[in-house]
Amino acid sequence: MTLVSTQAFDAALVEEIARDEQAKALSFFGEACGLSAALLPILHRLQDTFGYVDDQSWPIIARVLNISQAEVRGTTSFYHDYRHAPAGRHVLKLCRAEACQSMGVEALVDHLRHHHRLNAGDTSADGGLTVENVYCLGNCALSPAALFDDRLVGRLDKARLDALVAEAAR
Amino acid sequence: MSAVRIFVPRDAAALSVGADDVAKTIAHEAKLRGLDVTLVRNGSRGMLWLEPLVEIETARGRIGYGPVRAADVASLFDADLLDGKSHALCIGRVEDHDYFKRQQRLTFARVGVIDPLSLDDYRAHGGLVGLEKARVMTPTAIVEEIVASGLRGRGGAGFPAGIKWRTVLEAQGPQKFIVCNADEGDSGTFADRMLMEGDPFLLIEGMAIAGLATGATRGVIYIRSEYPHAIATMREAIAIARRADILNARFDIEIRVGAGAYVCGEETSLLESIEGKRGQVRAKPPLPAHKGLFGCPTVINNVLTLAAAPTILAEGGKAYAEHGMGRSRGTLPFQIAGNVKHGGLFEAPFGLTLRTMIEEIGGGTASGRPLRAVQVGGPLGAYFPESLLDTPLDYEAMAAKAGLLGHGGIVVFDDTVDMAHQARFAFDFCAIESCGKCTPCRIGSTRGVETIDKITQGQNVEANIALVKDLCTVLTDGSLCALGGLTPMPVMSALTHFPDDFRRNTLRAAAE
Repeated sequence: MTLVSTQAFDAALVEEIARDEQAKALSFFGEACGLSAALLPILHRLQDTFGYVDDQSWPIIARVLNISQAEVRGTTSFYHDYRHAPAGRHVLKLCRAEACQSMGVEALVDHLRHHHRLNAGDTSADGGLTVENVYCLGNCALSPAALFDDRLVGRLDKARLDALVAEAAR
Repeated sequence: MSAVRIFVPRDAAALSVGADDVAKTIAHEAKLRGLDVTLVRNGSRGMLWLEPLVEIETARGRIGYGPVRAADVASLFDADLLDGKSHALCIGRVEDHDYFKRQQRLTFARVGVIDPLSLDDYRAHGGLVGLEKARVMTPTAIVEEIVASGLRGRGGAGFPAGIKWRTVLEAQGPQKFIVCNADEGDSGTFADRMLMEGDPFLLIEGMAIAGLATGATRGVIYIRSEYPHAIATMREAIAIARRADILNARFDIEIRVGAGAYVCGEETSLLESIEGKRGQVRAKPPLPAHKGLFGCPTVINNVLTLAAAPTILAEGGKAYAEHGMGRSRGTLPFQIAGNVKHGGLFEAPFGLTLRTMIEEIGGGTASGRPLRAVQVGGPLGAYFPESLLDTPLDYEAMAAKAGLLGHGGIVVFDDTVDMAHQARFAFDFCAIESCGKCTPCRIGSTRGVETIDKITQGQNVEANIALVKDLCTVLTDGSLCALGGLTPMPVMSALTHFPDDFRRNTLRAAAE
């Protein structure tokens, strides 16, 4: 299953998403609601829809929420999750935190680098796979762990890693 | 004969080692053999090395088999699995398993037992008793019950929950909020995730009780994006609770999903994040209890803190306080992780020693090599050497050894670990995750990485070690939150307990 969408940028859809999330935030938080309360849900939905958050979304979101573009950009760039360009068709998030280190994740990182020529942040040449670092997936008793799209993988080893890379290339 | 109930966990950890395939194969195999079975997708019992742990409900109780691979399923049916017959993977009655029997499950009483999304199951196993009691109590009486329980914040800081609730109750404001911190970012911890996936109604009930106690009408659960399964389960549970009128206009809950920032586990940056801003730490005061979300009085508690409330209300604060030691009352769901044979969730009263937890319960290292270091309390916790394993696991005893208990995560390392590398990682992680507000954390973390690199390369080793210690003092004293303030803890513990790892070049040169 491909999680990462390939839908082209669509300004009208961005505005529709922004208005929808803002209405939800207002109805939930009531009068206390701050201007930018809907911003994270908007950015998440944009990334789910387009696979990344396009710079062209900033002025649209800023206008709908009545905040500055600087605030939209500041929030977007603060969080590791939001991509500024499309990723590969699949995303492998490899956990690099302590529990996974104790079970040898660094050897898997070397394996990806040397056998598949993929470092954290890279996308494979065929556009099939983007590799990213993540710090803890909450699967620390079955380390090393990774998230392949929305599939959690435990007790990852070289053979399973090779299988995931091959699956992404299909 | 009625359908036999077979349990295959839907917990993310179980799924990560093939639980869905096992469930599918069981359904397929039962159909082929014309057997009448009902598959229940429960939470995990927490014996994670046995996942996927398949359980069969029999007249003798629930019989477990694990770890089951899809390829094992046919042989399980051949061995008369439905009657709970013996098989190489059979562990007997799950409740009789030593790992399970030694626990005292209060918060996790239902996790792994029930269907997490069945409200009938939840009620049948004692759910909603606490909320029903709270509904006929005054807010002050609810708060005093929590105070009497001695419950302290389970997120790591250990602040008395009852005092926080009382402050919000007494605060004036047109709107108040209950915020649940489910941004469980510490490596080695997964209790919040398991609870949300295994017994989501307990968290909802706990938040509703907090609402009644303080006059808050809205609750937000901030879940990290790295937990897609917990997010999905909580969303479904909230929808079910709304239909059952447990959540309504008087108290409603919304999920907010994080976006990959560790620092948002710090309560004030979490509030900033819900407000749609950069997750930058706020200076305190004002406390969130006075000016929290959108400037309104806000209770912000960890998942396990809020999930303890229903038990406390149902059984009384005094009964809860009877568990534990010293000023650490009640139970803590410990998490045994990393290089350990029997990793999992182990809920017990405070006070067991690290040695008991790792050697007796955890079964020692997974690799079979000697243990060298244990990190307790996540990336900001101290690394303890073997000689400190007799330290009891409670807030004060850990602090007395320059460590912390944090959220109860225990990560075991064998003798292949390089502690200079771990100290470097602590600085590196701080550099990656710093919100940038405090200079010592924003810049000092990067200088720390560079200085450790110089040390491991053998440049002016002693002078640079003195520099790192100095830098750690600046970080401790000059940071607003625990990220900058506690990054020195893993670094200093590595320097103190494993000095040789920082002097490998010097030692090698001396030996030659």
